[in-house]
Parts: sequence; structure tokens; C-alpha cells
Amino acid sequence: MIPASSPSTASDKIVSVRDLKFTYEGGIQALKGINLDIRRGEYVAVVGGNGSGKTTLAKNINGLLRPTSGTVMVNGRSASDLTVAQLARVVGYAFQNPDHQLFCSSVVDEVRFGPQNMGFTQEDISTKVERAIEAMDLKGQRDQPPLSLTLGERRRVSIASVIAMTPEVFIVDEPTTGLDARETDDLMASIDRLNQEGRTVILITHDMNLVAKHARRVLVMSEGRIVLDSDPGGAFSDLELLLQSKLVPPPVVQLAHRLSGLGVSRETLSPGELVSRLMLGGGEAK
Amino acid sequence: MIQMRALAAQNVRFKYSGSEHWALDGLSLDVEKGEFVSVLGCNGAGKSTLCLLLNGLIPHAIHGELQGNVEVFGTDVTKKTVAELSTQVGIVFQEPESQLFCMSVEEEVAFGPENLAVPREEIRERVEWALDLVGMSGYNDRSPFSLSGGQKQRVAIAAALSMRPEMLVLDEPAYALDPVGRTELYQFLRELKVRHGMTVLLAERDAEEAALFSDKIVLMKDGRQVAAGTPREMLHDPDKLRAMGIVPPQMSEVASLLNARLPGANFSFITVDEAERAISQSVVGRKVRRSR
Repeated sequence: MIPASSPSTASDKIVSVRDLKFTYEGGIQALKGINLDIRRGEYVAVVGGNGSGKTTLAKNINGLLRPTSGTVMVNGRSASDLTVAQLARVVGYAFQNPDHQLFCSSVVDEVRFGPQNMGFTQEDISTKVERAIEAMDLKGQRDQPPLSLTLGERRRVSIASVIAMTPEVFIVDEPTTGLDARETDDLMASIDRLNQEGRTVILITHDMNLVAKHARRVLVMSEGRIVLDSDPGGAFSDLELLLQSKLVPPPVVQLAHRLSGLGVSRETLSPGELVSRLMLGGGEAK
Repeated sequence: MIQMRALAAQNVRFKYSGSEHWALDGLSLDVEKGEFVSVLGCNGAGKSTLCLLLNGLIPHAIHGELQGNVEVFGTDVTKKTVAELSTQVGIVFQEPESQLFCMSVEEEVAFGPENLAVPREEIRERVEWALDLVGMSGYNDRSPFSLSGGQKQRVAIAAALSMRPEMLVLDEPAYALDPVGRTELYQFLRELKVRHGMTVLLAERDAEEAALFSDKIVLMKDGRQVAAGTPREMLHDPDKLRAMGIVPPQMSEVASLLNARLPGANFSFITVDEAERAISQSVVGRKVRRSR
């Protein structure tokens, strides 16, 4: 993994976007000039309200949509020179609704489908499939039909089928929508592990608690533009900008702002951090 | 005379046809008229089944085996038709797309009363009233599908309100909304209760908003109620909530960490306002101020 402080070189950049504009048929301009570099191994959250352009940006990076103007470079090559299939080897995209991408009769077939169609050897395919099933904790469900599984499990299958193609960049679009607390924690632990193994993760979400807990860089989007690019602490320190972007910081961040007179940093992200800072400020009570 | 309850459910069991599993398994639950109740539980706890039971879709349209006793505004649900229940209980689902199907917002909101043969003039009044209430006046001719997620959810709520129900049942209505949309929706529901005396029953997995807006919290697990009480009573223990698959209010985690680190501390706040007050007035707050 590349430390946050390492200088960016051309080969570090896995995704590079310049002056990207995108207009949907019918005239809605969803992206109004995006400039963005993402380095190998980063864990980036893209946040913003409904309709801010998050998903449109993701689809321009993996080639499901093509820029109206501007360029998208992926792993040093222009995305416009690559087919969706070629791009899929570098950029994997797990849909917001897993049922949009599940169609096979068993989990293992579903996960095998991608690599099977990419021309790997049988041995390679098996290794990739087994690793993906293991990574998403799906051993117990491997022979079941995906559509018989719970939403949490279906979402794991959809992510496993993407990581089986071993792309370097994983884009996960609102992965925790509809999941309960336990399912969310389990799924996010698996995604964190992928990043720890060196994969670049782009997490699209409007759940600020997820961002505070998992991401190391936050891009705030509003009306088709990136309005802030910062670490999570910095992103949460501008409450006004967040509200304008239809976002509300986690309650603990709101409390930290109100208690800043007691020596609590405005960049506090978790309950544990807040309590430690209070204790440091006041010393241990007898 | 005892006042008639909005809901009185006793020992209710329900099994979907073709399933071996009791989706509701001994549920007892009361809701008073005008109460704002949040039912919290993980996926599979039975929340959606409860919602479907309240407006009669279970057992009238969705079949299965129903046991026990469910009274909505004093009458047994099995003895009412869906049409009768629809004038008492309005239901709003997770994804507004699943219940919007008309070409215009106005048609969508008029659909319910039209099917009850309400006179045309009254339908028009009800549509205007409902759209005004949800803050969507003037959107009459727009296609529901051209609206944002939050606006669609408001139209779905207006469609339920145009039946002039006494109770609104919402199954994770903020599911697809961004954080600002979420907060606005909950504030709106609270206003419906306060200004119009609406009974509100919400199913949720996340306790954060429920902590702010509910009169009563019901914790559900495995098809039954495990506890019910005020938000403070039900939501101050984050470990217990997590074990049930419910996202606890973040402030309850701060309180419980402070209690663990400070001998003798007994914080039980669940909202940011309460936390700010309690911490500022506490030993921690006073000590910090002295040391500055």
C-alpha cells in the first residue's frame, strides 16, 4: 500500500480524469467538469446527495458511459481506446441493486461468469473464483441460486462476481443500502480487506458513518462537480458545505463541533475518538 | 370507556403460504391514536409483514396462515375489506417506484379516492390538500418518474394521505434518500402527527432518526416484540441494539464509552442536544473548563 504522503508519479495513478463532462440524452448535464486523480491502493469515498453525479462519474470510469467531453485515463491508457470488456479487467463496478447483475442458477456459476468470458485458463479461473468466494464469505452458499439468498448475501455475490475478474479498482455503489447493522459491518469488513490487500476501492455512498469509519479520502460531489477533496476529518469540518451538498455529518461530528470549546477537535470521527479527547482535555476523573 | 386504540395486536402469528417459517411469531403490540411509533429490527424480524397486516394486504391479498387477534381502530382486520382499511390506514413502501404507476402526479394522488367513487369535486380538494401537505403543490402535471427520490417518496405519501387515513404506516421510507432528504422526511412525519393528530407507525433498521422523532420505540426480533418503551429507555444500550442488528444512535455509543471510562458516570443521552447538555454540565466539562 502506498502511504498517503508519497509523491504522486505517473505510474501511481490508476485513474485520471480531466475536464470530464457528461450530458444524458434528453439534456440533463450530470457532470460539469470533473478533474480527479486516484492513486493505486487508495480508499476513496465519493459522497453527495441524490442526483449529485456520483454514479454517473463511476460509470464514466468503467466505460458503461462515455464522456460527452474530456478524458478518462485508466492505468495509463485512455478509456476511450478500450472496450467495456477490456476496462472490466482494470475497473470492476458492483451495481447499487445487486439484482441488476445476477442471472445464473448458482452462486459459483455467477462468480465464474466474468473470468470465464475473459479468456483466462481453467486453472486461473478456478483460483480467481475460489478466492472471490472466500473473500466475500460465500462458501456456505456456493451452490445455491443467487436469487434465493438474502439481500446482504446477494450483494456479496454481486461483489464476488466483480472481484473474480481481479480488477485493480473496485467501485462499489451504495453497497449497504437495505442492509441491517450486522450485514453492513460484515460487508464493509470484506471491502476493507480488499483494500488492505492493495486494491484501490472507490466507495459511492451517502452514508456519512461509513465514510467516517472506512475511507481515507473523501470527494464531496454536488450538482455535477467535486466541491471538496479531503481526508474524512477535513471533509466533516465544513458543515455548511456538507449541508449544501445534501449531506449531514454523523452525530458524533456534530457533537464534536459543539464541544470544540472543551478541546474536542472538529476533525473527530468516531465516538471512541471523541471520548478519548474529552478524557485528555479533562484528565481522568476520580 | 376505554379509548379505542389505533392498533391492538395479541399473540399474532403469520406464515406466508408455501413457507414453513412464522414471519410473525407471537407478536403483541399496541399503538394509541395519535402516537408516533418506530418499530426497529434487523432484516427478517417481521417488520414488513407487520406493515402489510395493518392495511389488510395480509390476509386479504397476500395469503398465508394467520393466527391471533389484530384490531385496527377497534375492528378485526379479517372482518374488514382492503377498501375499508385503506380509508383508515395508508401505507408507504421502501421504494416509491414500487407504488407509483400513473402518468402524472395528480392522477397518482387521485387514484385511491377515485376507486372509492369519491365525488370529483372532493377528489380535487383532497389532491390539493395532500400535495400541499407534502410540499408538492404545483407538481400536478409532472410525471412522477421525472422527480427526485425524495419527491417521489412525497408523492407516494400524498397518495396515501388522499384517502384521509387516520394512520400512516411506512416501511423504511427513507431507504433511498440522501441524509438531508431523510431528515426532512422525518420532520414532515412528526409535523403530521403534531398538527393533524396522525398516528404514525414506522419500520426502521436505523435508530438515529427514531431517537429524535418517536413517542414510542418497539424492538422486534424473530417475529415478536422483545421490548417497548420511550426512545431513551429503548435506545440507550448500543450493544443490545447491535446484537439485534439495529444501528444504535451514535450518541448512545458515546454515552456508553464515557460510562465505561468514568467510574460512577451514568450518562444515558441518545441525541446530540442531550449529549451536549449532559457533557457540558458534567465533571468532564467542568474539569476541562477549570484547566483552561
